[in-house]
Amino acid sequence: MWTWFYKLASPPYVFGVAAALTPWFAALAALAIGYGTVAGLVFAPPDYQQGDAFRIIYVHAPAAWLSLFAYTTMAVAGGIGLIWRIKMGHAVAAATAPIGASFTLLALVTGSLWGRPMWGTYWAWDPRLTSELILLFLYVGVMSLRPAFEDPARGDRAAALLSIVGVVNVPIIHYSVLWWNSLHQGATVAKIGKPAMPGSMLWPLLSMLLGFMLFYGAVLCIRVRGEVLNRERQATWVREAVKS
Amino acid sequence: MMSAFWSMGGYARYVWPCFGFAGAVLIWNLWSACGYLAAARMRAVRALAMGAGENV
Amino acid sequence: MMKVGVWEAFFLVVRRELALSFRRPDQLLQPLVFFLIVTTLFPLGLSVQLSLLRDMAPGVLWVAALLSSLLSLDALFKSDADDGTLEQLALSGQGLQVIVMAKTLAHWLVSGAALVLVSPLVGTALAIPEAAFGTMMLSLSLGTLTLSWLGAIGAGLTVGLKRGNVLLSLIVLPLAMPLLIFGAGATDRAISGTSAAGALYLLAALCVLTCTLAPFAATAALRITLE
Repeated sequence: MWTWFYKLASPPYVFGVAAALTPWFAALAALAIGYGTVAGLVFAPPDYQQGDAFRIIYVHAPAAWLSLFAYTTMAVAGGIGLIWRIKMGHAVAAATAPIGASFTLLALVTGSLWGRPMWGTYWAWDPRLTSELILLFLYVGVMSLRPAFEDPARGDRAAALLSIVGVVNVPIIHYSVLWWNSLHQGATVAKIGKPAMPGSMLWPLLSMLLGFMLFYGAVLCIRVRGEVLNRERQATWVREAVKS
Repeated sequence: MMSAFWSMGGYARYVWPCFGFAGAVLIWNLWSACGYLAAARMRAVRALAMGAGENV
Repeated sequence: MMKVGVWEAFFLVVRRELALSFRRPDQLLQPLVFFLIVTTLFPLGLSVQLSLLRDMAPGVLWVAALLSSLLSLDALFKSDADDGTLEQLALSGQGLQVIVMAKTLAHWLVSGAALVLVSPLVGTALAIPEAAFGTMMLSLSLGTLTLSWLGAIGAGLTVGLKRGNVLLSLIVLPLAMPLLIFGAGATDRAISGTSAAGALYLLAALCVLTCTLAPFAATAALRITLE
């Protein structure tokens, strides 16, 4: 049952699977993002309170969700590399970092642009915004630590440890709107069974969320292949792989 | 009617930069990842070419 | 062969660290002087009006404490790593954890605790009312202890790296931000007269969380470096 897990520890297997998955992820992502964007911009009715400005949610919420998901992936993959010494864990962690950081930046920028018309300010030091900004700094810290070591394997392990230490921030971001009085609104979609949004607004959002996740998968597969090649440059299987 | 779409109920200068930046981030991710893979490939090819002289 | 117990080893290392620190009194005083200088910069740069000073006092105090703690963190493992003592300690048969805990406690005693003792001076300079001094010193104690532990993780990861101290700050400061929020918040509430209990409890919770989990992380970090 666990053979697929063991196979993922093998660099040539990961290289091949990533190559095969990329076009699927990319195509499905394009469809989901395409539908979500069009439906969100055109077909979803304007919000009662926020008017057309609420449409920013279609890029802001998926970006924010992905920033948390990517960091958690990075920490888990790094942990797998650290604890079980599976090198592919470090490859996934290293590949995920720049993607997650870019989405964190996207979340912060779109959130800021949304805040201006809604709250009257581009920025507020409220718990969710602050902890998301801290998340960006944590990404930068991890990405700076890895190349600082002469021995890349040591750099991987140090970066993995740091990302695990920082993962405490992720639940803080998520629950900040629950734990503190925050400017930022609470959960809209997470209430299972009775979301606070009507269907015509909800479906494009879910589609964008799915689309961003699939996009993340596609880009991750491309980057992981690069990481695998960089780490396994001396291996014999690489000879065949790069000839094509 | 199209102008109503572009003006986004008056919020155009917030909504469109958001979507624009989102598009830019998506494009950057793809471009940067492909570049990373290409550079890694070239480094691997070069390493193999250098090693080919020693091993048969 | 004398068998050394865990507590004995712990206190031996603490005594050693303190002895080494006091042998270089200038190294001891520099972060404290830095603390005093930085707190002076803010009134000079921003405003000397007492009421305004009082408003920004908690933040200024805490940022200065953070920055001066960072200065001394670099040295936590550095000199021992440089001359090989750290490896000897790791091989000594006592768990590396005990050594790390002892070193971190000693570091806090000479940097964080010293800061707390000096803080009334700074508090007066920043127009903090004396009634708030108790909360200020309590929050600083908890905060600097937490910071010493976070710093130990960062120091363990960056010892031996070129420009390690820049990376150290980059790593530790984001982790220390919640600390800053609650610590400054507690002092702020004490100054304005409302109850600082909530913020202090949260600060204490952060401290306990860090003191229990950070030793593992810091030890793991050192092992990665020493391998």
